[in-house]
Amino acid sequence: MDEILPKKAPVTTMTKSPAQASRAGSSALQQYLRAVGAIAWKDLAAELRSRELFSAMLVFSLLVIIIFNFALELDIATRRSVTSGVLWVTFAFAGTLGLNRSLGIEREQGGLDGLMLAPVDRTAIYFGKAISNLAFMLGVEAVTLPVYSFLYGINLFHPGLLGVILLGSIGYTAVGTLLATMSVQTRTRDMLLPILLFPLVLPVLIAAVKASGGILAGDEAASVMSWVNVLIVYDVIFLAVAFMVFDFVVQE
Amino acid sequence: MQAKPTTLKVLDIVSLLLLAVAAYLALFYAPEEATMGQVQRVFYFHVATAWTGLLGFVAAGVAGILYLIRKEERWDIIEVAAVEISLVFFFITIVLGSIWARPVWNAWWTWDPRLTTAAITELVYIAYLMLRQGIEDPVKRARFGAIYTILGAISAPVTFFVIRLVRTIHPVIIGSGDPGAQGTFAMTAGMKVAFFFALFTFTVIFVDLFWNRILLGRLSARVEELKLSVLR
Repeated sequence: MDEILPKKAPVTTMTKSPAQASRAGSSALQQYLRAVGAIAWKDLAAELRSRELFSAMLVFSLLVIIIFNFALELDIATRRSVTSGVLWVTFAFAGTLGLNRSLGIEREQGGLDGLMLAPVDRTAIYFGKAISNLAFMLGVEAVTLPVYSFLYGINLFHPGLLGVILLGSIGYTAVGTLLATMSVQTRTRDMLLPILLFPLVLPVLIAAVKASGGILAGDEAASVMSWVNVLIVYDVIFLAVAFMVFDFVVQE
Repeated sequence: MQAKPTTLKVLDIVSLLLLAVAAYLALFYAPEEATMGQVQRVFYFHVATAWTGLLGFVAAGVAGILYLIRKEERWDIIEVAAVEISLVFFFITIVLGSIWARPVWNAWWTWDPRLTTAAITELVYIAYLMLRQGIEDPVKRARFGAIYTILGAISAPVTFFVIRLVRTIHPVIIGSGDPGAQGTFAMTAGMKVAFFFALFTFTVIFVDLFWNRILLGRLSARVEELKLSVLR
């Protein structure tokens, strides 16, 4: 399949030939970005119409918060120390739900095969799916945070905290998208994803919990920044690795 | 079916003999440590099994990369062999460490970087085995396995570094340790003999098991091939 299909061919416009596209470097990059955008948009458009995934993730994360409320007795003193932990556990669990669904649906309905037939670089599929997964996760977080603030009277709208949540979510979806693409192709499927994913994203979760906790407690910037740096490093490393190995995940 | 090579048979026996000598050195020859007492003797096998466990995980990561580049079945067999042996060795390390930690740290377990990373690494490679179990197609199984070992090999040091940012109480006997470490001691000459002999012994045992497991891997690949050819 690899030999027959041109690697970086246009996906949305048919006016340019692949040869033309690869002649000019910037235009090849544009084509690639357009392919990534098209795949991400496909997921978002489908989701905007059905709202299945988003509502499931959202209801799930609200339920997790309610369970935590009673499991941990979130009184004022406890809240101060465990808020960041509760938030990240909620995001991590809701995240696996989203990842499984987003890749599972591709698998069931043959979407992955369709995407692989498309004359685009395979890694464009990865980035497209990762972007849509990130968008779902951020969407859920965007609703969970104000609800949490409302329920517990904690102001979570600190720009630093939002930045940490963005960085943590990027790391989570970077690895999650890669592993979900693998796990949906196995016999055990949904069951396998958290087992594969959680030990690998542990650094993200630790750093994100520590950074969020530090910001909420009003620690000085230097101590929070060391955790933020960990998040940035993790994001860069795992995006790069996923970029390199994704081709092997979708090969037939 | 090819017979087991004679060199390997000899190596099996040599490993057993070395293990007996190493056990003697660790349990009787090495002097008793002044503050910790007899429980410090755990240290010789603890470090030796940790070393071989680490060796195997690194070997698995390298085999994973080589598999993705070369696409040859033997790298996959080597990778599985390395992971399986290292899982067992690392488990022994954790158990021995806990036995030592109970009297010295007054707890079976702490969330120290080394301990946590060891536990997470075990979980990563258990997940690896579960991933492989869920895939029937041998080529895809090998490909996914290789990717996962590479991811695991990258994430383990990151995890270690991240938890290290929190704190550490694990002693470092070789090289310089954290001043806050509990249970540090200086090795005497007799201890060094037992220590390095244990390291050497476990490296030999590792090679022996590795070799055996690779032969076994080849056989099971052959069995799988035959099964598929019968089904067709």
